[in-house]
Amino acid sequence: MSDVRYLVSGDCAMCVEFGNEIKPEINKKIRAFKIAVEKAGVEGIVETIPTYRSLLVVYKPEVIGFRALAKKFDEIMNDMGNIEIPAPTVIEIPVLYGGEMGPDIEYVASHNGKTVEEVIKIHTSEEYLIYMLGFIAGFPYLGGMSEEIATPRLASPRVKIEGGSVGIAGMQTGIYPVASPGGWQLIGRTPLKMYDADREKPVLLEAGQYIKFVSVTEAEYKEIEKQVENNTYKYVTYAKKEVE
Amino acid sequence: MGIKIIKAGLLTTIQDMGRFGYQETGMSVSGVMDTRSASLANILVGNDENEGVLEVTMMGPTIQFTADNIIAVTGGDLSAALDGAPLTTYKAILVKAGQTLSFAAPKTGARAYVAFAGGLDVPVVMGSKSTNLKSKIGGFNGRKLEAGDEIGFAAPKTSLPNLIMRKLPVPDFSAKSHEIRVVLGPQDDCFPQSSIDTFFNNEYTISNEYDRMGCRMQGPVIKHKVGGDIITDGISFGAVQVPSHGNPIVMMADHQTTGGYTKIGNVISVDLPILAQCMPGHKIHFKWISIEAAQYWYCREKKEYKELKEEYNG
Repeated sequence: MSDVRYLVSGDCAMCVEFGNEIKPEINKKIRAFKIAVEKAGVEGIVETIPTYRSLLVVYKPEVIGFRALAKKFDEIMNDMGNIEIPAPTVIEIPVLYGGEMGPDIEYVASHNGKTVEEVIKIHTSEEYLIYMLGFIAGFPYLGGMSEEIATPRLASPRVKIEGGSVGIAGMQTGIYPVASPGGWQLIGRTPLKMYDADREKPVLLEAGQYIKFVSVTEAEYKEIEKQVENNTYKYVTYAKKEVE
Repeated sequence: MGIKIIKAGLLTTIQDMGRFGYQETGMSVSGVMDTRSASLANILVGNDENEGVLEVTMMGPTIQFTADNIIAVTGGDLSAALDGAPLTTYKAILVKAGQTLSFAAPKTGARAYVAFAGGLDVPVVMGSKSTNLKSKIGGFNGRKLEAGDEIGFAAPKTSLPNLIMRKLPVPDFSAKSHEIRVVLGPQDDCFPQSSIDTFFNNEYTISNEYDRMGCRMQGPVIKHKVGGDIITDGISFGAVQVPSHGNPIVMMADHQTTGGYTKIGNVISVDLPILAQCMPGHKIHFKWISIEAAQYWYCREKKEYKELKEEYNG
């Protein structure tokens, strides 16, 4: 990890920088370091925030200073080989594609010379890496969408998009966690709540995890919606199979 | 009961020291803009520094007390008055049910803080009483206070140890030109030395675009080596972003958790309260400080709070 840099990000945070690109390998290193730091239980650390390029570590200078923290991190980095990093999980996100929920799916299909069925097949075939969450609570920055369904944003953004809406913007796909204005091409909606302030874990997704979209029928959508409401829905997650 | 809002004022919200532990999910920290004034208000009334207070912005509210309690008002001079008579700020004061706290024309500073002994009875959402206006959570129903709102006291008090001693010198907020210390990083290497010199050797004027999210300034352009955009990175309170236009923006309490602009440096924690009390048109002179010195001043302030609490609470 010779290319890692410890950067000052104010007097209460350190930016541990791993690279300057959007690359799954960088995300993997950041995730592993975050887990290692959590396992080490360094006193004075308030929280850690993964991004595409770095792990921002918020800490209390009255407990640990910048130099002492950097020294601790050196030790953790040197010991990384001895720490078991569990495989990231894949979480399934059920989506009702098209219709009212995904009014732009026909446009996405025609823009790419495909049928709606082909768009759904391509969109559900990938496991998308969650590089980071940001912008608003619960908004995932996903990587790995096929170029075959890339579509420019709407020329004029919608005033309101419902929470749970799944869309495409250029080369990206994503989910709106809460109702907000936006210019993404909407292809469907999930009945899962990406964000719920009253839930023990308010935000469903985690950086470093993968998302797998699964196409559901309207009946299934309504059933899952009911289960989510009653807190009986069983989230489908499994360990990501490493592709070497 | 506790307080009833008669007139809302421009922007009155409940804030504590912020919502930490959820930034990795994209949830902003929020919290008070001026941590020093809020901490002192809380300490004066016997609270922990982190207790939720009212942050009053510019044009303050009119508040009626519906129960007795001990309060303290700190921060900028926004013409605080109790039943129409000027109220002594930076002092613990016993107020009675039926009395009215009001604010009028702002004189100096931009924000005042009202602390209530025992705190306000609002739910702790994700570990904090802070209002997050964007996510509409925390504080009072996730929004700024409006006329008619009633908020209870959590544990009101009519006596405190050493009540008469609970008084601090009132800071002077009248300056219109300020020295603000900055530690370099995390992207200072995106700027040539000449640009870092430009940043530290010139005056920047606070523009009208100054809110709880950020403080935009205008002055000599700070040029990048290549450009102002980076692959998205984390943001700290006080980060000095320099987008491609070359003018600095200091990220304040409601800043987003992540962003894609280069950050030349970060205002140090003990100087952020100065910036929080600034008004558009004020002049800022940034001054370099080492990370070690910045953390020394940070720890010294924490120690002062601790000593003050010991002096008051015994």
